[in-house]
Amino acid sequence: MTAMLEVTDLQVAYGKIEAVKKITFSVDEGQVVTLIGTNGAGKTTTLRTISGLLRPTGGSIRFQGKPIQTTPAHEIVSLGIAHSPEGRRIFPRLTVEENLLLGSFSRKDTANIKGDLQAAYDLFPILRERAKQPAGTFSGGEQQMLAMGRAMMCRPKLLMLDEPSMGLSPLMMKRIMSTVRTLREQGTTILLVEQNAQAALRLADKGYVLEVGSIVLQGTGQELLASDDVRKAYLGED
Amino acid sequence: MSTVSTPTQIAPTPGYHPSRIDGLREQHGRLAWLLVLTGLVVLAAGCFLSWSYDPEILGNLSISFNPGSLQLFMLTAAVLALVYALAYRGPLRGLGVWIDSAKALMVLGIGALGFMAITLAVVAVTSSGLINIDPGGWVSLVGSLVLAVGGSLLERRPTKDTLHAQLPAWVEIGTIVVLMAMLLFGAAYALGQTDGNIFGLFLVFVVAVAWSLFAAGFFTWLGIVAQRHRRVLMLGAFAVAFLFPFTQNGSDANMSIATQVLIFAATALGLNIVVGLAGLLDLGYIAFLGAGAYTAATLSTSAFATIGWKPPFLVVVLLGAIVAATLGLIIGTPTLRVSGDYLAIVTLAFGEIFRLSMSNLDGNNGPDLTHGPNGIPAIPDLQIGSFNFGDEHTILGFSLGRFANYYFVLLVLALVIITVFSRLNNSRIGRGWVAIREDEKAAEAMGVNVFGLKLFAFASGAFLAGMAGTVKAHQDVSVTPDQYVFLESAFLLAAVVLGGMGTVAGVFIGATILKLLPEKLRFISDYRLLIFGVLLVLMMRVRPEGIIASQRRQLEFHEEDEALAERIEEVHLEEEAQT
Repeated sequence: MTAMLEVTDLQVAYGKIEAVKKITFSVDEGQVVTLIGTNGAGKTTTLRTISGLLRPTGGSIRFQGKPIQTTPAHEIVSLGIAHSPEGRRIFPRLTVEENLLLGSFSRKDTANIKGDLQAAYDLFPILRERAKQPAGTFSGGEQQMLAMGRAMMCRPKLLMLDEPSMGLSPLMMKRIMSTVRTLREQGTTILLVEQNAQAALRLADKGYVLEVGSIVLQGTGQELLASDDVRKAYLGED
Repeated sequence: MSTVSTPTQIAPTPGYHPSRIDGLREQHGRLAWLLVLTGLVVLAAGCFLSWSYDPEILGNLSISFNPGSLQLFMLTAAVLALVYALAYRGPLRGLGVWIDSAKALMVLGIGALGFMAITLAVVAVTSSGLINIDPGGWVSLVGSLVLAVGGSLLERRPTKDTLHAQLPAWVEIGTIVVLMAMLLFGAAYALGQTDGNIFGLFLVFVVAVAWSLFAAGFFTWLGIVAQRHRRVLMLGAFAVAFLFPFTQNGSDANMSIATQVLIFAATALGLNIVVGLAGLLDLGYIAFLGAGAYTAATLSTSAFATIGWKPPFLVVVLLGAIVAATLGLIIGTPTLRVSGDYLAIVTLAFGEIFRLSMSNLDGNNGPDLTHGPNGIPAIPDLQIGSFNFGDEHTILGFSLGRFANYYFVLLVLALVIITVFSRLNNSRIGRGWVAIREDEKAAEAMGVNVFGLKLFAFASGAFLAGMAGTVKAHQDVSVTPDQYVFLESAFLLAAVVLGGMGTVAGVFIGATILKLLPEKLRFISDYRLLIFGVLLVLMMRVRPEGIIASQRRQLEFHEEDEALAERIEEVHLEEEAQT
């Protein structure tokens, strides 16, 4: 079976600074794959490159067998890759519903959008309650739910979540992580970027550890959780 | 509106803060109300007496018991004050639950005081001496002063949100119709004034009344009603605009101003797509109007036209629009990748390049296309079938002059532009523009084709301006480069910002203010830039979202306002309940 997403020797640079140095990883259909690492390791850059917001300086990205490293961002969304960006980036002055509808912007099958809106509300009932409220009035956790709901609105084959737990209370973080699990059970393939390595690895089928732009370690979620290096560096244990 | 008020429904007015003066207000509530009554009666009484010894000044204010027009304004104000006063305490209490009559009375009193003060000052100055003011003037001045004092001492009461006012539909529609009729007659009256002083005082009166209605919360209600009966409102506005030339008895003086306003407004509406919807700052927009005008001029049957081909006018309109849109694409493709300040500078330069090109395509530097600074004069009037736009026509006994003919064409054009604008605004493309304006990066991540949509905004805005330009060429008779200077672009932008970005009605109001005032108030024309500058600064300070604001815009400028956020939610829910 070929992987859904195959990243090979990917290089990305901001001017002269190389942020991602020849990384190779893959995501199989139905899996949750996580990229973990500290600030500046290149996780967000990798996601932004996959979704076409940045252009790689080398290497290739294949989605369902087709190379997409030169495809424009809006077409990548149409192919079925949704990106819930770092810092959530919801539209604060639009209502919750308008935010969600923008998630379905790239879709041609307008008839099904209403149903998916209900599905997003079922996933996060609080969004239904506040459908008409400007999203800027939401708390961080609620905004994260909205960002995830919005990403799901384009019926993604691959959902990329960038730091969904950032700035959230432990309780809210649990809630978000359990939603990630639900989404996987529903059959969505997920590429998860997290600083909270423990939570991410517990969920993940496969994990990659990034350090200053290179993959230094990889394995199943369980393997990485058990690995001494990971425990020392990311789980704060001696 | 029901007369029963349940206290639980009453929420404090937003922005209402109790202060020391409230204590005073509580103590003297009854006294203040009596003061208001006294003030308005004295004000009205003064209107029946002579204000001025000299009958030549400000119409004729010198005959007792035969009020002149200015005196009728103040009588109207007194009647309005009476309605507010009775709503505050008395038989109209049911109305008083909904409107902030205390504040409205204060504003109206201050407005009337200002009106009286200016009137008396004008009388004294133009007839050299206070001695020429007759007692009636002083009586009304004192009356307005008492009214203002009484109004400010009234106790402020919290009001109910007019969103929940349930009136029969015919009352709401009736209100719209009456307002539209008032607009028509007000506009005809104002434009009929040749005396700049009377025109100015009429404006003061209108602003005072409008402000007091605003303070009363009337316009909030009107906004909701307008939403509910949008069709009626559109139809009414169009009917008013259509009927306007029939009030002018074939006179071209005002119709010429009206056509200028329409061209200006139509162009500003095109700019509103670029600035108001897509959020791109364009400082060279006048060039697209110019492109349309030059296309029409070079293809016209003028002896100075430089292109031999003479297609019918509808083809010219289309061609002008296409030329402008192509220019929009050419300038947009390389520049729309930059944004904000950079885009503003590039478009500013583009506007200047256009003007300079037009002055230089004179045969000395390149082909002779535009006759350089002399431009293309003697563009003949439009002729569609046997209907010549230069002639006076009589329809149903009303004579309509040259400018009235153009006015109707421009009205149709404006209607087309409004339709295009609102269709785009409510479409998927419109949603994409909103997303780009709010957060370009996030929009891109959502699958919005940012560059494509920006380019489309640029081209469609240019297209509409080009259409307006083709009519402008014929109406102005000549096309020269100096009609398309940077200042015109700045004025267009000012009309959009002043009126309210992203709205149709706002832009029309902004355009009317910016074009009409300098025409009618000739005595300020030397200072018009100064005055507009001050006006814009004040506007940014007091109401940055423009005269008529879309609610999303309001949120943009008052992000911390939770009451506003809640209100928006309520309005949305209300809208949903109705569909």
